[in-house]
Amino acid sequence: MITEIDSTLRQILADVLGLAPDRVAAFDGDTGLFGHLPELDSMSVAGLLTEMEDRLGFIIDDDEVDGELLETYGSLLAFATAKQAGA
Amino acid sequence: MITGWPCPTPSGASSEEYALAFDDNRPHRLLIVPALFDEANRLRRFTVETMRRLDGAGIDSILPDLPGTNESQAPLSAQSRATWRAAMAASTTHFRATHVLALRGGALVAPELPGWALAPVSGASVLRQMLRSRILTAREAGKDETSEALLATGRDHGLVLAGHDLGPAMIRELEAAEPAANLSPISQSELGGSALWLRAEPDEDPAQSAALAQVVAKALQS
Repeated sequence: MITEIDSTLRQILADVLGLAPDRVAAFDGDTGLFGHLPELDSMSVAGLLTEMEDRLGFIIDDDEVDGELLETYGSLLAFATAKQAGA
Repeated sequence: MITGWPCPTPSGASSEEYALAFDDNRPHRLLIVPALFDEANRLRRFTVETMRRLDGAGIDSILPDLPGTNESQAPLSAQSRATWRAAMAASTTHFRATHVLALRGGALVAPELPGWALAPVSGASVLRQMLRSRILTAREAGKDETSEALLATGRDHGLVLAGHDLGPAMIRELEAAEPAANLSPISQSELGGSALWLRAEPDEDPAQSAALAQVVAKALQS
């Protein structure tokens, strides 16, 4: 089942990276992000995090951002879900 | 067409800056204030396509360079929100602009004319995004930086953020800057499609440019 936060997160990735909806829809928990998608550099990661804050309604601290956060789609979704539960 | 205009410098002198203009001496003359920093690059094609559409709708438009950006010879590090506001005010006078369309952070430096702001942002938010990018880059290089420490340095000595050499006045003034209150906001959702200023790479979308031009043209006719 696709949760609301899951579909919002996919939409944000599509918007920031300019990816086609079907490509983003095919992401699974093991899909690699940072280091795997050439579009995702430090500037676009900054944009991605800011968009997540705006659309998902939480604040991400600088020290929460590490390599693991953006390793896979699954890790990013788990982070967003945990943040929203705690917001 | 590229044209020159006299821009005031911080020392009180004047230097020539460039502008892209669709100028046919028509009654409605729209000054376009570009988005700031990286977003200016990402939105350049979108912006110019919007100008073409405005031209087709019988509206003149002028896109001046902010001093220190694009074709400008002036050093970016010498600029501040105040110098950019003065520059946009001077180009408004020079080009006899009747209205303004500011894009994103451009709303922070827009002249006092009636007009519109596409998805305006605060200066704090512009800075935050660039600080974040710098922190992420530093982390990849094994260095630990924080927003607070970077800003404290930036307020006194300036700061290079995402390749942009920002002087201390720019940092201090952006921190407190809010979009001009005289502009009517236009939201991204009115254009359809996803925001091109979010994109990692510059892109264009003629349909979004057409939609933006239409919002402005319609408002000018009413």
